[in-house]
Parts: sequence; structure tokens; C-alpha cells
Amino acid sequence: MKCSEFLNELTNYLDGALDARTKSELDDHLAWCHNCYVVCDTTRKTIEIYRNSELYELPDDLRVRLRSAIMSKCSGHKKSGPPSG
Amino acid sequence: MSAIQPNIEQPVSEEMELVRRAKRGDDQAFEELVRRYDRNVFRIAQHITQNREDAEDVVQEAFLKAYSNLEKFQEQSKFYTWLVRIAVNEALMKLRRRKPERTVSLDEDVRTEDDSLPREVADWSPNPEQMFNQAELRDILTRTIQGLPAGFRTVFVLRDVEGLSTEETAQALELSVPAVKSRLLRARLQLRERLNRFFQKRASGDGEQ
Repeated sequence: MKCSEFLNELTNYLDGALDARTKSELDDHLAWCHNCYVVCDTTRKTIEIYRNSELYELPDDLRVRLRSAIMSKCSGHKKSGPPSG
Repeated sequence: MSAIQPNIEQPVSEEMELVRRAKRGDDQAFEELVRRYDRNVFRIAQHITQNREDAEDVVQEAFLKAYSNLEKFQEQSKFYTWLVRIAVNEALMKLRRRKPERTVSLDEDVRTEDDSLPREVADWSPNPEQMFNQAELRDILTRTIQGLPAGFRTVFVLRDVEGLSTEETAQALELSVPAVKSRLLRARLQLRERLNRFFQKRASGDGEQ
């Protein structure tokens, strides 16, 4: 397997979306290709670090304010009927 | 550190029950749906628009649109997937308005394959979480993901941050599954490449800028 072939399958590999035979071929490639091993490992870390990053958490006070605005608009929408267009 | 847990693991039947109650005019049921997904919609919106005020608007507009179109929701997908589709469209509209000089669509930037090819290969050691404090790390992650084209950023956020499946991401973005996979691969590799500048092992000093 070439490195480019490995890279093409990287997303499926990381997502566990491969049949056993293809996965085994990729595992074999990783066992001897250090570069692909590092790319695979750091890509996995990239995903994990974003997943755990808590970027853009909605602050509680803003959350309450937004929910109140949403429900008030919904209630207004119900009274006046849906806007045309 | 606690992982972001998207609130999408509730039994579908319970969610559909809320949706059906909301369809019958039960606003408390709809409010429960807002509670369940407002954080997710806000994150997605801010990732796409890169602007806090726009993200606040998107949250309101997406839920209001969901509310007023609830009878059109056919219940063939999860409510959350349907809601995300509405929110992504609202967010992209905001982005287009703010950056009219650039065409913003989910189909853009499909030609930038070269950006995805790994150029720098180096271990990340120690772990990035140990190298930077939380505020620094957050700044690095924010700036890095903001540099991705909107189409790639959106797929990455839905799939990898919010934890939608590939099929749900495809549904929410009205893209094919292969298109989602292709964008996801490039998004992941581009982010990895960009983060490499900050996280690569310092000890060797090889080729470091």
C-alpha cells in the first residue's frame, strides 16, 4: 500500500468504517511507515482536541435570554399566524 | 476535561413525542427542544459565522423557523438533524451577508486538495494540553479552525465536534456521503497541518520556523 492510498482511507480508518481486510492492510502499512503513523496519530489528536475544547460554549445568562426571546417570538407567531412569503 | 456531549443520544421516540406535542401546539414541549439543542446550535452557528452576534441571531432564527415549519417536518430524520440543516442555512446566509466579496457555499474550495497533503510530519509531544494553558489553547484552536474554508469547517464541526454521523451530516448539509467524507478528510488534514506549527515536538528543532 502506498502512503497516498493510506491517506485516502484515513477518515474511514479513524471512524472505524472499514471492512476487516482493508483495516488489516492499513494496520500493516502503519506498522512500518512512521510518517503515516504520525499523521494518523496527530489527526486523531486533532479531532480529540477539538471535541474536548469547549469552544463557543453558550453562557448561562445568554442562554436564558435567547430562550426567552425565542419563546416570546414563537408565542407572537402563534397569535399573528405565520408570516406570508 | 469533560468532553462535549451533544444532546443527541436521547431515545428518538422520546424526542419524537416532544415534537408531536409541539406540533399540537404545546409550547412547553417546544421549549424543551430548545433547551435540548440550543448549545449545539449556538456552537455550530458561531463556528460557521465566526461572529458572536450573528450566532445569537442564528439561534433565534433557526428555532423560530423550526417552530413555524414544524408541521412540514416529516419525522423521517431526527429532529436535531432537521434543526441543524435550518441552522446551517441561516448561518451561511449571515456569512454571505458579512463577507459578500467571497462566495460562500458548501460546494466551495473543493479544488484545494494540495492544502490537505501532509507536509510536516512530527510527533506532538508532550500533549498540546500540557504545552499550553486553556486560554492559549482555545486561542490556537479558534484561529486555526477559522482559517478553514466555510465548507470544510462546517463538515468538521458537525461530524467531529457535534458528533453527527456521516449520514446525518450529509442529510443536514444536503450533500452526498462521499462528498462529506472527502471534505471531512481534507478538513481534518488541513487542521492537523496547521496545528502542527504549534504542537510539533520542540526538542529536535528540525525545520522549525
